[in-house]
Parts: sequence; structure tokens; C-alpha cells
Amino acid sequence: MTPKERIARRVAQEIEPGTLVNLGIGLPSLVASYVPTDAGVFFQSENGVIGLGARPPEGMEDPDLTDAGGGFVTAVPGAAAIDSAMSFGLIRGGHIDLTVLGGLQVDETGHLANWMIPGKMVPGMGGAMDLATGARRVIVAMQHVANGVSKVVRTCDLPLTSNRPIDLLVTDMAVFEVARSRLILKEIAPGLTLEDLRTATDARFETADDPVTMA
Amino acid sequence: MKKALSPQAAAALVPDGARIMIGGFMGVGTPRRMIEALVAAGRRDLTLIANDTAMPGRGIGKLITARAVKRLIVSHIGLNPETQQQMNDGSLDVELMPQGTLVECIRAGGMGLGGVVTPTGLGTGLENGKRILEIDGKRFLLEAPIRADFAVIAARQSDYLGNLEYSLTAQNFNPIMAMSADIVIAEPEHIVPVGVIPPDAVRTPAILVDQLIERSH
Repeated sequence: MTPKERIARRVAQEIEPGTLVNLGIGLPSLVASYVPTDAGVFFQSENGVIGLGARPPEGMEDPDLTDAGGGFVTAVPGAAAIDSAMSFGLIRGGHIDLTVLGGLQVDETGHLANWMIPGKMVPGMGGAMDLATGARRVIVAMQHVANGVSKVVRTCDLPLTSNRPIDLLVTDMAVFEVARSRLILKEIAPGLTLEDLRTATDARFETADDPVTMA
Repeated sequence: MKKALSPQAAAALVPDGARIMIGGFMGVGTPRRMIEALVAAGRRDLTLIANDTAMPGRGIGKLITARAVKRLIVSHIGLNPETQQQMNDGSLDVELMPQGTLVECIRAGGMGLGGVVTPTGLGTGLENGKRILEIDGKRFLLEAPIRADFAVIAARQSDYLGNLEYSLTAQNFNPIMAMSADIVIAEPEHIVPVGVIPPDAVRTPAILVDQLIERSH
């Protein structure tokens, strides 16, 4: 199992049956494949569908039915098609139970930066700012370290996505809860010691209880 | 009944320098034939309002490749390197807005509202130069409504009057933009007799649609 798959599988355990969930593009979109199809979970895609389903069989693709990354999808029974104002009304209005977003940096107060690297990569925020601000629960799924540099930092030096802190951070090395503007270590990846994790992490974090091994 | 125009005739209505909004999300639900006609007509200096610029060779991406756009108001350009390149070399002025704020500002422009009051963007670089309102103890950013000279939208089908019905994720910004421009040009895939689209299925009433583009043959 790759680090990304491990992150996706762990995030999937956070998804409650019968909820409405938005998955960001990239790593977060892998989460859907670890959610049981009978859990009654509906996935929202901000381009306009509640009840996103798997990729259709070859030759059955509908050019009018895609996910937010433009990839072909299906709609599950019970799905609804909506326009962009309704889609973002659901997001901003607190009707989405959970969103899973990718991250460039998360800092020790739980703030997320995930939409640009000034001078290098300016893709635009798309729906990320609305999702990070309006969803009832925000989970960030990202690799702990990129090019040898910790992405879990003391203070984000990249532009913030929202002033609202995230709720949970899942990386390939650990799971942190955000509480009272602090990162609280809840789980640590198999084979890693607390010392290994502190060395790999720029941010300071608390270890309230004995962290358990990441499932 | 409306007279159905060719994409070329519809493109001739849009002058150089026009402020134009175009429906679509990553090329889905986008008025492809009208975009191609605007490119073929050699339009220049457009101010373009859209969700994104799709990718090179697809939908709105063709207007970017043709350098038809001078100013761009969008939420995402990440999948079109040409947009980023023109932004970096200074030939394209790009304003990025959160997608929910963008669509709601367009909605406000069409609904006669004076602005959008949203929590999105608070505490980020988007606050700069904007008014912050406090309502019942909560803080919000005030964003201005957005309108355009032209809205060019795609629909699954239209009747002869211009009542529009959409399909799945091809709705996106189209029914919202239909409210917010002086002249609305709709490009349906099918055109059907009046009565074929049941009143409950009409998402954009015909009174909003000024011009209809003929179906492709």
C-alpha cells in the first residue's frame, strides 16, 4: 500500500453512514474507494451533483456528467443534479457534513494553505475556500513531508485558504486533531517512534493521551 | 418564436472589448460552437467571466489560445498552462475569486441585489481593499455584484421560444449567467417545439433568452 493509499484508507474511517461528503481532487478523491457502497454516503461534487458514482464502463461515458476534475463519472440512484449557486449554497451554508481537502501546508494552529505558491503555482482557489470555510467538518489529507521538507509547519508561509481551522489532519505519518488552536497527536504510523515524528515535523504538537498506532 | 442564428451571426453581435460571461465547468456545459465562432471572428480584448479556462484546445481554452481575452475573472486556471503563461508574461489580467463567491456575485448581478455578504475569504489575502461587515456578531466580506454585456450559455435543449432545460453537471453556471447580462445568447444541443419541455422542467424561462443559436446539423 502506498503512503497515499494509507492516508485515503484512514480518512475513510472518519466517514459516518448516511452523510453528505465532498472530496477534493487529487489524493482526497481516493477516499471514496474505501467507503462501503452500502453505507448510505452521498458524495457531492461541486460542479453540480449529489450522489457521485464510479467511472462508467468504457464507451458509456456521458460528456454532461463529470466530477470536479473533469473526469467521467456516474450518478448513483437517488442522485440530484444542481447548478453552481445551489452547489455552493450547500457548501457555504453548512449542509455538507464533511469535506476532505488536499494541503500544501497545515500549521500548528490548524490553519490550511492549499491554493497557491506565489510566483510558482497559481492554479486558483476553485471551491477550496468555500469548502474550508463552510463545511461542517474539514479533514486535510496530505503527505507529511514533501521534498524533505515538513508540510506540517509552525506558521503557514503560503497564503491561507480560510481563517477557520481544520478539524483533523491525516498524513502518512500521523493523525492530528485540532483543538483549542493546537495540534493534538492521536495516532502514529506503524514503525514510527514519537521521536521520529517530532524530527519530521516542523510544527509543535501535543500528545494528550498515549497515541495509538494508525490503522 | 425566436429566429435561430448561426454561431457566426451570433458572434458578430459581440464586439471587440466586450464584457462577456460564458457558462461551463472544465469544458462541460460550455457553448462550444459559439466559442469557436468568436475565435474565428478574431475577437480581441474581451473581458471574460467564467468558472475556469478549461484546458488548451477545449471550450474556453480556445479563446485563451487565440489571445482573445485581455481580462479574466475566474475561480480556477490550474489545468490551463497557457492561461498561467499569459498571466505571467503580463498580457492577461487575471482576477481569481472563490467559486462560491463568483457564482453568487453573478447571481446577485442578475437578481437586483447590491452585493454578496460571505464568510469565504475572511482572514486571507482576499480581504485586501474590501469592506468587512459585522452582522449579529459575525464578520463577513462584502463582494460586489457581477454583470456583463453578454452571457453565452449552453443548454441541453430549448423550445422555439427559448425556454431552456439543462443536463446533469452541464448546468453549472449557465442558469445563473442567464440572469446577469444585457444580452443572453443560448446554445442548445436540441431545439424542440413549444410544449415539449414541460413547465416544471424549464430552468431558464424564455424571457431571459435574447438569441438562440441554431442546432448543429
